[in-house]
Amino acid sequence: MSAEHRTLSLKLHIWRQPDRASPGKLVTYRLAGVSTHASFLEMLDLLNEQLITNGEEPVAFDHDCREGICGMCSLMINGRPHGGKRATTTCQLHMRFFRDGDEIWIEPWRAQAFPVIKDLCVDRSAFDRVIAAGGFVTANTGSAPDANDVLVAKDDAERAMDAAACIGCGACVAACPNGSAMLFVAAKLAHLHRLPQGQPERAHRTRAMVTAMDAAGFGNCSNHYECEAACPKDISRDVIALLNRDYARAALVSRDRDDKPQGSG
Amino acid sequence: MTLKLDARTPSGPIEQKWSLSKFEMKLVNPANKRKYKVIVVGSGLAGGAAAATLAELGYDVACFCFQDSPRRAHSIAAQGGINAAKNYQNDGDSVHRLFYDTVKGGDFRARESNVHRLAEVSVDIIDQCAAMGVPFAREYGGTLANRSFGGAQVSRTFYARGQTGQQLLLGVYAALARQIGAGNVVMFPRTELLDVVVDPASGRASGIVVRDLITGTITSHAAHAVILATGGYGNAFYLSTNAKGCNVTATYRAYKRGAGFANPCFTQIHPTCIPVSGDYQSKLTLMSESLRNDGRVWVPRSAADVARHPDQIADDARDYYLERKYPSFGNLSPRDIASRAAKEQCDEGRGVGPGGRGVYLDFSDAIQRDGEDRVRDKYGNLFDMYERITGENPYRVPMRIYPAVHYTMGGLWVDYQLQTTVPGLFCLGEANFSDHGANRLGASALMQGLADGYFIIPYTLGNYLAGVPARELASATGAAFKDAEAGVTARLDKLLAVRGKRSVDSFHKELGHLLWENCGMARSRASLTDALAKIPVLREEFWRNVTVLGGSDSFNQTLEKAGRVADFLEFAELMCQDALVREESCGGHFRVEHQVDGEAKRDDERFCHAAVWEYAGDDKAPVRNIEPLTFENVKLATRSYK
Repeated sequence: MSAEHRTLSLKLHIWRQPDRASPGKLVTYRLAGVSTHASFLEMLDLLNEQLITNGEEPVAFDHDCREGICGMCSLMINGRPHGGKRATTTCQLHMRFFRDGDEIWIEPWRAQAFPVIKDLCVDRSAFDRVIAAGGFVTANTGSAPDANDVLVAKDDAERAMDAAACIGCGACVAACPNGSAMLFVAAKLAHLHRLPQGQPERAHRTRAMVTAMDAAGFGNCSNHYECEAACPKDISRDVIALLNRDYARAALVSRDRDDKPQGSG
Repeated sequence: MTLKLDARTPSGPIEQKWSLSKFEMKLVNPANKRKYKVIVVGSGLAGGAAAATLAELGYDVACFCFQDSPRRAHSIAAQGGINAAKNYQNDGDSVHRLFYDTVKGGDFRARESNVHRLAEVSVDIIDQCAAMGVPFAREYGGTLANRSFGGAQVSRTFYARGQTGQQLLLGVYAALARQIGAGNVVMFPRTELLDVVVDPASGRASGIVVRDLITGTITSHAAHAVILATGGYGNAFYLSTNAKGCNVTATYRAYKRGAGFANPCFTQIHPTCIPVSGDYQSKLTLMSESLRNDGRVWVPRSAADVARHPDQIADDARDYYLERKYPSFGNLSPRDIASRAAKEQCDEGRGVGPGGRGVYLDFSDAIQRDGEDRVRDKYGNLFDMYERITGENPYRVPMRIYPAVHYTMGGLWVDYQLQTTVPGLFCLGEANFSDHGANRLGASALMQGLADGYFIIPYTLGNYLAGVPARELASATGAAFKDAEAGVTARLDKLLAVRGKRSVDSFHKELGHLLWENCGMARSRASLTDALAKIPVLREEFWRNVTVLGGSDSFNQTLEKAGRVADFLEFAELMCQDALVREESCGGHFRVEHQVDGEAKRDDERFCHAAVWEYAGDDKAPVRNIEPLTFENVKLATRSYK
């Protein structure tokens, strides 16, 4: 708002795909009069208004909170997840970072585990399946001790929070040349394993989530660290090292006792 | 026909009502619980917590959300914190004080018994969340940290940086995911409720009709009970701090099926949001109320100074108007009061920024006192968010803020058991009306959502189901469901058939602007009458001139939006009607005709009640019923924060 207000004319190349089964292609659109104060998604809103006026179907894209926390928005923008600005989701990317006359390529997340639903929307339910396999502390409602009975060092709480900040958007997977979900899975493990409440199920959780991750079709990690660079919540690749340590350690723990089904009331 | 509004408030002293009623409630035997099918719509703090907890107890649960994952419900966007009467700070807090603050903060328009129960279970919520690994802020010794929020003089707000809602929701989501993984909850993401089905013979809620947003398929789901936890209707105003998908459809459809809708005019305008910047704008971003712990709100004393750089305005040329007007609460005055005060300054021509619609929220004193690092530690992510959106660095230049629609206190009427006027249809969280009266205090929405979902519905639902034979499950292929499905399909077809010239968003923006101007921070008989004349005209144009491309048998975001806007276009009228009849000012409902020195003037003689609207047919005026409110434990008094 303080910065000088300009309007931009843009050339947009957008992935259009009617549904999961049909082939898609990049379609070029021209859009003028985009305020530099608008967000990237508001620029797409403007494009959609233009398409609707012309009787063309608007571009489907996922979004909800538009304040960088729900994790619903996605988009590869010029080949970078969320546009490549540090610690910024697509919904918080502003048009003041673009120049008049720019060409912008907009594509959906590209990963085997995230099939395209339509245009720019993908199916990220694989993430939910990984969490359901073990990304929780088993603590039925009503069974908790007084919150101050379990002390948590301030530093541990802070480091757990650093990892817990993950919004599950999938940028890490989209950025990875292998389509690996290691940063996502490791962030959840690091959140819980840096807290005392996460300790009792530590070995089981690690094994279960890694197994589910593999089953969901995510690739392996080969240390490119593109995930860290793409993460809109600045989650550090250090969590991956913690996962690897936990996974090695979990292999030494007896499987018989703690690999029983979870969740029974 | 008039609604039967029996609040079923238990007898006994207020401190014992909940414990006594828990004992009196009927139970469902553990082995029988699995025979009961329960539908939960919404997967935020209230719905997600209810679905997880009911599944832990053994019920057969189905949970629905329109997002692609339950982890994305709008509870996630809550920033500042969650209240609980733990009194860990030894600063004089208690269950009674939280109860008192909430009743007073709500300007005496909430039901005492419900609010007291909320304050009681608040302490259990913190325990539960900590046990589930929510990374709350801690002191160096490892105990939980607190901060203060508006309308309270104690520090009772627990938080996880500026992402408390996210962390609480991820806790709920984890619990829900565990039950999904164990096969106890069947989750239906990207699925939207389009109708509620009430069994014509028994009058009980018997299920819902939904649309799969990917395939467009319409299906029916039968259950022994239906729980709506579908959030608020702030998006009626188009611009609000709500997520884009938030809508009134579920509660409005329930209203049309016989559930009373209470106090629709009670909407909350949050004082600290990033100001509107242009007509392309799609939503407004909240800056957490927690910032008012350390930020000081001011405008230039003289209108002549508004265009000057804030650095160039000396301290004695600034008006710290909240500190001046409300010395004992100062910058932590409740939201309705702080919002109106901001509007007042701007109306006097002392607002700053584009269009003069902004006030400063200034951290320079805090930075000088505590250092930039300490401030970054507490609010870093909020400062970053502000800078990303505005391009200004709030460590150097004061933030500019302005009020925006944030929360809706009105919602489906529920009794003490959280049951609507339709038996078997329950309503939790922001979607119901019960706890916040005419104004919600900061950090109380998260508390209410989790209270309802974790600790109240598990008891009250059992009490209901114990009286419903398990074999009496409606058939999802029965006539009532087929009729509802046909109605849903016909409405979708009708939206697609209009093929007019205007986009859905253009109607939504026009409606939002109309409501903001006529039924926003200040309302008058004239403005409401004007809105009530214009809304039907706009609605008529919508059904004649809207354009929805594509079909109903596939992923069609415009069609989803069109259905929601069509409901907002009806619901808006109910809001304005309610605001027109309520000839008093209370909390967020400010009727300009009813004020004393710019402060809200309640009329307890005539309006000490909840207004509960009853649907009477599309071509008939809705019926206004009332539930009288009695205050036996907090004395009815004029609110003062001076």
